[in-house]
Amino acid sequence: MILIIAEHKDGQLSKSTAEMIQAARASGQAGPVTALVLGSGVGDVANQAAQFADQVLVADRPELGSYNAELWAAASAQIAQQGQASLVMTGGSRSGREFAPRVAVKLDAPYLEDVIHLQAAEGGVQAQRYSYLARVTETQQASGPVVVVSVKPGAFAPAAPTGQQGPQYDVDLELPQPRLQVTGKNEEKLDRVALTEADVIVTGGRGVGSSEKFGELVEGLADAIGAGVGATRAVVDAGWRPYGEQVGQTGKTVQPGAYIALGVSGAVQHLSGMGKSKYIVAINKDADAPIFKVADYGIVGDVNEIVPALISAARS
Amino acid sequence: MKILTLIRQVPDAEARVKAAGGQMDLGGTTMVIDGMDEYGVEEALQLREGGADVEEIIGLAVGPAQTEDAVRTALAMGIDRAIHVETSGYLDPIAVSKVVATVAQEEGVSLIFAGGQQADWDSQALGAATAERLSWPQATWTNDLALSGGTLTGRHDVDSGSENFQLDLPAVVTTQQGLNEPRYPTLPNIMKAKKKELRKDDLSRFGAQNKVQLVSSEIQVRQRKNQLIDGSDPQTAAQELLGLLRNEAKVLN
Repeated sequence: MILIIAEHKDGQLSKSTAEMIQAARASGQAGPVTALVLGSGVGDVANQAAQFADQVLVADRPELGSYNAELWAAASAQIAQQGQASLVMTGGSRSGREFAPRVAVKLDAPYLEDVIHLQAAEGGVQAQRYSYLARVTETQQASGPVVVVSVKPGAFAPAAPTGQQGPQYDVDLELPQPRLQVTGKNEEKLDRVALTEADVIVTGGRGVGSSEKFGELVEGLADAIGAGVGATRAVVDAGWRPYGEQVGQTGKTVQPGAYIALGVSGAVQHLSGMGKSKYIVAINKDADAPIFKVADYGIVGDVNEIVPALISAARS
Repeated sequence: MKILTLIRQVPDAEARVKAAGGQMDLGGTTMVIDGMDEYGVEEALQLREGGADVEEIIGLAVGPAQTEDAVRTALAMGIDRAIHVETSGYLDPIAVSKVVATVAQEEGVSLIFAGGQQADWDSQALGAATAERLSWPQATWTNDLALSGGTLTGRHDVDSGSENFQLDLPAVVTTQQGLNEPRYPTLPNIMKAKKKELRKDDLSRFGAQNKVQLVSSEIQVRQRKNQLIDGSDPQTAAQELLGLLRNEAKVLN
């Protein structure tokens, strides 16, 4: 079987789970596509997963109420062994990429990380992924009775529902006592579309001038066109915007239909987080800014003049 | 306690990288210590300077001969000694974790720092895989850390924001931006570093086998339109850009 560790939040199956199922089906590997739902009170999530997967395994236990790398790794490895999985797939989220390596070590299996393409190959699978700050595309091959794979969010189209409810089975697990204790949670408050799911993103760099100008120009344009808001590291370091909005090597990786960069110079660390966007738009008064090299559309000009004109044109 | 801090040498972010014949060609590329690893080196130093009972800070690098330059940087920042396991060719993070776990056991360390994601592999696997090999817990993407007795407290990023955590040693911590400001090596410390121990170790004794074969590496340059719109009249420029986004890119209604 192909074992998919379902991602879900607040009772909703995440889009990434349907993407993993698509990746599994596209891989050409044999066996039923099986979703493992770990959590507490996850009946609804299991029902949602059953619309996409051939079968669903459910571990509904209080101690799985919140994610923990040691628990998720132990659970995934046990089920993979019992079911003789040929592939174990996790999301390419922070958590997915945190526990997948532990699963690989437990199973003595190869690990293909953050893949964007996956296909059956002799004795195993071949995958593509990015490396060198997303400037290089690598092809990797792994063989063995089982291979662990994490799937880059947004790289695969979500699978369509099968039109049937796959069967569900409860599973028993032996879980360790988790050693990392969570003593507080600081949830990001998002009143706009989430960055990693936005079709259009407006991002501001130091060139917008100040925290107030960021609100006026970047948020103003995002609201006028229904876009998500991103920020560069320099802006986050300056305290103008929260870390949750940071796009780049140490922030979020995004791949929207359009990425509109206002006053962004285009450092490689930033490009590694947004360089795969379908269309890139740059507005910057510095004609030599590196961002223009990767832009589809560019305007050399003052964001204080161009962006208000864009906002009023978009609204009219 | 002893701390092991991992050091990887990667291309400078602003340096050009090249591939030829499906292989990376890093000859002539400026190489530096991975910025994420510098946070780990700095944190180890700050824990000691802050009064924690740190007996020794050991650097460990697994990489080709020239990685020694990055190790010297860490020595000049202030770590006590270093071990360099020289490699030739590709070694995947799961294989490298075997070397790290073995060294950690041999040296009796109880805290390991690794970068949150290495800038060559774009991989987050090394810290977690090392923790699993040692049967230790891990805290990844840590941006705040304190040590009291044998207990770490801190904050780290998770899928939907961040969490405060508590964790007893031994543990693996992966580091990132925000944790600290890595120091620059001073000239006297660079001179001192030359006298510090840098022990070479032999990869073959660790039994670290690649489970993943690197088939090829290609630089993918996406052709961009590079269409410049005249910004001298903001109103006209705005109309033109919106027209392109609506009609050509079809990303706006």
